[in-house]
Amino acid sequence: MEDYLLQYGVLVVYALLAIAVPIGMLLISYLATFIKIRPSKPNEVKLSAYESGLPPFGPKPVMFNFRYYYYAILFVVFDVETVLIFPWAVKYGVLSKQFGLIAMFAMFVFLFIVTVPFIYAWRKGDLEWIYNRN
Amino acid sequence: MDMIVENNIFRFIYCNLVNTNESCSDFGNFLGILPLGFEWLAFLISGFLLCFIYINGILGAVILSIWGERRLYGRFQNRSGPNRWGPMGVFTSTADAIKVMFKEDVVPVDADKFLFNLAPVLMVFPVFMVFSVIPVGIGTFVVDLNVGLLFILAVTSLSGLAVVIASWASGNRISIFSGLRAVAVLISYEIPMALSLVGVLMLSGTLSLNGIVEAQKIPFILLQPLGFVVFFLASLAEINRTPFDLTEAESELGAGYLNDYSSMKFGIFFLAEFAATIGASAVIATVFLAGWKGPEILPSHIWFGIKLILVLGLIVWVRMSWPRMRIDQILHLAWKGLFELTLINIIVTTIMISIKPDPSVNEMWIMAIINWVICIFSLIIVSKFLNRSVKDNFSNLKNTTPYPVGTEKIKSSFINKKEMVN
Repeated sequence: MEDYLLQYGVLVVYALLAIAVPIGMLLISYLATFIKIRPSKPNEVKLSAYESGLPPFGPKPVMFNFRYYYYAILFVVFDVETVLIFPWAVKYGVLSKQFGLIAMFAMFVFLFIVTVPFIYAWRKGDLEWIYNRN
Repeated sequence: MDMIVENNIFRFIYCNLVNTNESCSDFGNFLGILPLGFEWLAFLISGFLLCFIYINGILGAVILSIWGERRLYGRFQNRSGPNRWGPMGVFTSTADAIKVMFKEDVVPVDADKFLFNLAPVLMVFPVFMVFSVIPVGIGTFVVDLNVGLLFILAVTSLSGLAVVIASWASGNRISIFSGLRAVAVLISYEIPMALSLVGVLMLSGTLSLNGIVEAQKIPFILLQPLGFVVFFLASLAEINRTPFDLTEAESELGAGYLNDYSSMKFGIFFLAEFAATIGASAVIATVFLAGWKGPEILPSHIWFGIKLILVLGLIVWVRMSWPRMRIDQILHLAWKGLFELTLINIIVTTIMISIKPDPSVNEMWIMAIINWVICIFSLIIVSKFLNRSVKDNFSNLKNTTPYPVGTEKIKSSFINKKEMVN
């Protein structure tokens, strides 16, 4: 148990370094401004957003296609499925010896329950990028 | 302290610092600089040094891989590639890294300053974290988590967040479109990516990557061809590589969410992208090509390196061979193609394991042949099916406004001024 926690201690050290390295790079780059290695000459054109050479126009919170939202909802549904299927997959070798075919059919029932709404969403046209519900 | 005994680098540093009997006694003379009460200090120092070595190794590998890939692109296009700095141009990417560090840094006025600076850090963090659980050789890893594969999947999904933050903080409409596209692709491909690993988990019975390597009597690419194909395509999409790199579709979006990034921030995005490529090939090499396992002619680290470079070469080959796909094609491939393939893979593997719970090596070869036949048939069927659904889509297109623009000829009525006013 102690060993198990020690591993996560090393992982925390690793995570801190993984954050520190890019921040350090940015910091070195930033500090180079003060010793006049890195130029800094901003002007109005340079500081405007680059939209292929045209001056930026239009409302600033940009409106975008609603289609992205459908994919996000579908993602939530099926990502939960993967979370539930992982433990079963890891222990399947043990389970199939212990319970035989019941372990298999239990998961097939679950897969069936998940697949039905998938087919429903497909038939309704929610998987299409070009939305065309006539 | 099992962890110290298993992890060679960690054990070497730790035992040189504090020579305790329980973990260092079985072989070798270690220095033992610190007195015996300071195990915690030795633990911290050796953990830090181990992580430091690892991260520096990753940075070095990225610098080398950028040079190597550019050389390969050159050879694919029948030119010589970068060849000026150092022998065969090895130092080209080093020079690039130093140059990009001292370029002028421009932050646009519309940008959200804090998020704009946060995004590159958030982008590179998950990529570094992926490497922490990958065993590079026998006993060479940072940590061997018992949930390693799940950890990788969890951590890589952070990169989607980084892309959204980068695109939104730029305050640039082109960046936002690119970021939203990227997220749609990233989250769509996460599902086939996770489900394609289920077959591997069933065969190995563990989530630890070291355990998966040890469980491979024959490489899992033979037993799980369908899983390999799906995982390879999904990881190409996750790391924004061609043919799925529409976030950086130059003809439509400029550089995508990188439009307003300059100087070291751009450099870090660049680093993250190439490090992600190495990370993806490392995961594929570990999970499907038996990682550090190989005949004992060569040391385990070299075997891992060879496999990693093979997968990296395959990714470069794919990049040079295929054109970029449209967003609807990419999303349809994920939902209508790969998702079904993973379900087929899960069902086939489940049935196979129920028939033979503990197969010998010979039985595994028979399983491999059956799996390959099923793989090729299901790939053909699904590709025919996908092709049909794409054609259906185009027949629908005639009745609606063409979107994305440019896939149809612009009708003359669109140019009519009256129509435009209405």
